[in-house]
Amino acid sequence: MDFNELLDPFERLLEDVAGPERIRQIESDAALGELWTALEESGFLDALVPEAAGGAGLTLGDVYPLFVALGRHAVPAPVAETMLARLLLAKEGVDYPRGPIVLAVAHGDATPPVPHGRVAEHVLVEAGGESLVLVPTEALTRIETGVHGCLSGSFSWEAPLSGLLCSVPEHGLRTLAALVRTCLIAGAAGRLLDMTVGYANERVQFGRRIGQQQAVQQQLAVMAQQVVAARLASEAACVAGLPVNSPLIVATSKQVCGTVAAEVANIAHAVHGAIGISEEYDLQLFTRRLHEWRLADGSSSWWALRLGEARLASSQSSVDFVRAALVPV
Amino acid sequence: MFENLKLAALPEEDEALRAPLRALIQRATADMPIDRRSRSWQGFDAEFSRLLGSEGYLGLTLPKRYGGGGRSPLARFVVVEELLSAGAPVAAHWIAERQSAPLILNFGTEAQRETYIPPICRGEAFCCIGMSEPGSGSDLASVRTRAERVDKGWVVNGQKIWTTHAMRGHYMIALVRTSGTSEDRNKGLSQLIFDIHTPGITVRPIVDLTGDAHFAEVFLDNVELPADALIGEEGKGWQQVTAELAFERSGPERVYSSVVLLDAWIRHLQAVGRSDSATTALVGRLTAQIAVLRSISLACTALVAAGESPVVEAALIKDLGTSFEQELPVVIGDDLAGHPDEPVDPELYRALLYTTYIAPSFSLRGGTREILRGIIARGLGLR
Repeated sequence: MDFNELLDPFERLLEDVAGPERIRQIESDAALGELWTALEESGFLDALVPEAAGGAGLTLGDVYPLFVALGRHAVPAPVAETMLARLLLAKEGVDYPRGPIVLAVAHGDATPPVPHGRVAEHVLVEAGGESLVLVPTEALTRIETGVHGCLSGSFSWEAPLSGLLCSVPEHGLRTLAALVRTCLIAGAAGRLLDMTVGYANERVQFGRRIGQQQAVQQQLAVMAQQVVAARLASEAACVAGLPVNSPLIVATSKQVCGTVAAEVANIAHAVHGAIGISEEYDLQLFTRRLHEWRLADGSSSWWALRLGEARLASSQSSVDFVRAALVPV
Repeated sequence: MFENLKLAALPEEDEALRAPLRALIQRATADMPIDRRSRSWQGFDAEFSRLLGSEGYLGLTLPKRYGGGGRSPLARFVVVEELLSAGAPVAAHWIAERQSAPLILNFGTEAQRETYIPPICRGEAFCCIGMSEPGSGSDLASVRTRAERVDKGWVVNGQKIWTTHAMRGHYMIALVRTSGTSEDRNKGLSQLIFDIHTPGITVRPIVDLTGDAHFAEVFLDNVELPADALIGEEGKGWQQVTAELAFERSGPERVYSSVVLLDAWIRHLQAVGRSDSATTALVGRLTAQIAVLRSISLACTALVAAGESPVVEAALIKDLGTSFEQELPVVIGDDLAGHPDEPVDPELYRALLYTTYIAPSFSLRGGTREILRGIIARGLGLR
């Protein structure tokens, strides 16, 4: 499938239903409203579902540009998560419900804060058993983080979880969730680069545009490098495909993108100055998310530890290890 | 932005070069200690370069009619990756094969191509690049070495400095002023190629802080050159140099300069059985970085393969790659010395300190970090 045939209508849809004012409203009242209806009607949510089950049967590599677009638009809903959840359920013949689904790995009878948890209708939970359980959120206690504008929410429960079941994917649900975060980070980081370059070309201080100052140029150059690193790392992880053959490609991507998220957010704010900190300016919609996604589903250092364990267990050279385990086949 | 840098894969026919080359490298470098391997593309061994040439591993991207391999830059990526990963001594042919031969192919006359490219592909002709001068470092457009047109050709006067392997090369390709003054900046510059042993040339090696002498100063005193020393067009030297530098900056050598040290450290960790979480996470982080840097470098090579001259992209991967190469000896040193009760092989210690001392040069050679970031900023549409 031609990328643009897929991506262009998706981008237009996101521009229509997930503009900055809409994002702010959803952050305030946690009601997705027409945003979700439009996504549901568009068919994109079934992009990964096998054709036999009524979906488009696309691969993870095919939908990679869509995942990045979600980050680029700071879409305040678990779109990629729902697409993956539907795939996991549909390929085992489970008739999945409509509505937004988030992915969570439980510790005991609770989850950590899950991105988009406040707007979810179902949580696909990995709770240590043989199966994932798709639990309606009304059957759970939903706990808000209390952070301003934050759409993450955690969940807890007392009675044993019940709901639709499907197998735990290879290498666990966290690997898939982390993969989603890296694509979102790549998208939002790219958007921040555009915004920051645009701002540096307009803002005048000391009688000239700040983008003419070498010190600012050097920061933007670093930002561009980070954006490229996040994009290629997350693309590699998606192109490697499903089921995840090597969780180490995802580990690489989350390690890299987690670091990129922090650095890109810092530079975006540094170049924008005080205006970037204000609520009414759009920058914060992206930088806050970069940090949330960086912290969700295992940080850079958690994934670095996983990758380091595998590397130390291998007698290969670094080049051979990278070629064998960290490059999509 | 930079959407043109796309995930690229190495074709199978290029991957096929790897195994036989690896066997050749192992045979030729079996006795090389780690600290010599860690000299990476600074290690000079003319015999090894001739061996690579005779086995067909040099000039892979150059046309067959000039003795090249007629293959894509992705094939060369495999060869370079293998050589650097092993720490093979590639300096003798490095500059000639990487940038001089492509420069001559792109801008030279047919006679120049036939003269210079075949011996470069055989690993018999080595080049040095006369760019920097005592008064022209990053500000390359201010070069003062001047070539005057005379009846029989050119007379060159001036001085070059930091010229890598000038004392061991056969030819110099120099950026010189052929008209105007240094006030005219990048106008009036041209590139000349000549035998480094031409009368009037004095080469004086410069010893560096590791005790090696890889670069030199070169004095040009009324050096008479034939008219056909000119490469390309008179006055177009700046544009030609810019294209040449894209070759110099885009390769995997900007990621792998410290990889011998990285691998030696990991073997050390495995030998002593260390697996504390700080060290393991550090190993993981560095492994993730090298993976993504490799994919960016490969993406850049794929642009070259598509016939583009990725000047900005090359600056981007070089800056990112050299930052990583420079971080390696710092964090590895911190880890090793952070375990003072653990014995460290003297060879590893020498490799560590060699790399630590030479690492500042990684972001100087081929364009400083600040210059590269300026190029990236222009590519972003700033200024």
